[in-house]
Amino acid sequence: MLIAATLAILVVMIMAIMRVFIGPTLYDRVLAVNMFGTKTVLLISLLGFVMGRPEFLDIAIVYSLINFISVIGVLRYSDHFIFKQSGQSKK
Amino acid sequence: MDAFIHISSSLFLLIGSFLCLSGGIGILRFPDFYTRMHAVGVTETLATAMILIGLILYNPDFLVDVKLVIILLMTLFISPTAGHALANAAMLNDKMQKDDNKQNSEVKSSTS
Repeated sequence: MLIAATLAILVVMIMAIMRVFIGPTLYDRVLAVNMFGTKTVLLISLLGFVMGRPEFLDIAIVYSLINFISVIGVLRYSDHFIFKQSGQSKK
Repeated sequence: MDAFIHISSSLFLLIGSFLCLSGGIGILRFPDFYTRMHAVGVTETLATAMILIGLILYNPDFLVDVKLVIILLMTLFISPTAGHALANAAMLNDKMQKDDNKQNSEVKSSTS
């Protein structure tokens, strides 16, 4: 069951990265990257149990914090003028 | 008792995987940004909680359980906060674009 959950999360990560590539606006891409990061945390903790080394959970904790900081950072910069212009031209 | 814990852990992992997959299909197939946001936001916290609870039931070690609970709490706090910030930024951007379009059309109608 652990391996099945790992495979499901890998499939979901592929779907999220497809949305990152085809997303029409900037916010779609940020949303998909956020989802990708959350699923990466899950994948790291599941792979730790599959390989029998639960020490990977420390890396998962750090990764979730980095994911949050990166999303908030990109959103802070999205108030900038250039991003608004590029989002407008894509619509 | 042991078999019961094993079966319930497998059940939690299965439900979490199903919710993850439905969120992935939602982010690919929904037509609008806000609907995609709904699909991701609804499934993300619940699927993560289900999979982490399954892992907590799966292993007997106490320290690993504490780490998993830390990850669970952090995800439950971080994911709605990031979703709210994202929706807020997207809504502000949409409103500004609508205002710009309105101003442009007003300028055009007044000049013509």
